[in-house]
Amino acid sequence: MSFEPKIVAFLCNWCAYAGADMAGTSRLKYPANVVPIRVMCSGRIDAEFIIDAFEKGADGVFIGGCHPGDCHYVSGNYRARRRVEMVKKLLSQMGVNEKRLRIEWVSATEGKKFATVIEEFVDEIKKLGPSPWRK
Amino acid sequence: MIKIAMYWGAGCGGCDVSLLGLHEKILDLLNEAEIVFWPCAMDFKYEDLEKMEDKSIDVAFYNGGIRTEENEEIAKLLRKKAKILVAYGSCATEGCVIGLANLYDKKDIFETVYLKNETTKNDEKIVPKEETDDLKLPEFLPYLKTLEQVVEVDASIPGCPPPMPVLEDALNALLQGKTKFGKEVALCDECPRKDTKPDKIEISRFYRWHEKEDNGDCFLAQNMICMGPATRAGCGGECISANIPCTGCMGPVPKVRNQGTSMLSAIASLIGEEIDEETEKEIINSIEDFAGTFYKFSTAKLLPEGRLKDES
Repeated sequence: MSFEPKIVAFLCNWCAYAGADMAGTSRLKYPANVVPIRVMCSGRIDAEFIIDAFEKGADGVFIGGCHPGDCHYVSGNYRARRRVEMVKKLLSQMGVNEKRLRIEWVSATEGKKFATVIEEFVDEIKKLGPSPWRK
Repeated sequence: MIKIAMYWGAGCGGCDVSLLGLHEKILDLLNEAEIVFWPCAMDFKYEDLEKMEDKSIDVAFYNGGIRTEENEEIAKLLRKKAKILVAYGSCATEGCVIGLANLYDKKDIFETVYLKNETTKNDEKIVPKEETDDLKLPEFLPYLKTLEQVVEVDASIPGCPPPMPVLEDALNALLQGKTKFGKEVALCDECPRKDTKPDKIEISRFYRWHEKEDNGDCFLAQNMICMGPATRAGCGGECISANIPCTGCMGPVPKVRNQGTSMLSAIASLIGEEIDEETEKEIINSIEDFAGTFYKFSTAKLLPEGRLKDES
């Protein structure tokens, strides 16, 4: 059986989650490997959530937030961007490929973009194989 | 009389000294307690411990991590003989500085220590062996383990080594059979520089503490990483009083599981809001060692099986 990765996607309520919703209502297809978790803002995503998701068996973690400048809470998405950058550094020091963590900006109207980036990400993780935590 | 025991696992010995650091108060302790096993300070043999009845020790303290077969064996033995087993100090609780060795494997460690280290002169390339014709030494385990990763632990005394106020508080509780003690707030709460913390901190670059003259204010406000916000209070800010930022030896505040990620998240939020993506990357890249900065004392908890191996 081919490897089907498990991907945890933290999506912000105002943009990325609405974008995912838009993908759904527009009947766009994207891989079913994603488990979406809605948070109020991408700035709410503590680095601990990311590490926790990996420790509990995620092969990849996706974070979706509002475009820079569009955050509903002004600057939450910048915080998310900085945290992701820092967690990537930590991951590579831990021996994990930093490509397993990805952040993208998806607005409420960008259903198409959501489907595309998820498809890309799932493909990438399939190439990387199961997370080293799972071995 | 309460029976107590103390064992020194893989550690620097500072924990044993910290118990003696009680000074005259150790005499008060000895009024209430009898030491039945403490190889570092008194003459006890492992067989004495083996001969004791199960659950006959009231409180056993284990300091240091578990790095050799011997450490593991004594940890299990103490668990059997003690009613309350206490992880004493940062090594036993979280792995401490020696836990950073989990970023490397056994081969790397031996090569560095015995062959490659700049200050090591070893022309004959002698590396310790576990076995000779007539002698067998305990095995050096693949990774450093905390006490909790090997046996069930009833209480932990944090700190590297446990600072005096923390230790006194812990001993008072333990001698009464209580396993809950210590403060539940972060170090900032009792920091001697508390009043100099501005309402808003904006970091535009990170300094290591030898790179900048200290002006006596909150270290984070001076753009130096101080683990205070993510570290449990109790030490009274000993390092801060010596003009050195906190590195987090007291471990996380009790309700937080992961000290490193909480500090990392906090630090990320302190980078100035107006800063563009490129500068932001530069600022983040100026932190050279993420594990060593945020997980200085808890890498063994983060990587219990050593560095992860991602295929590609």
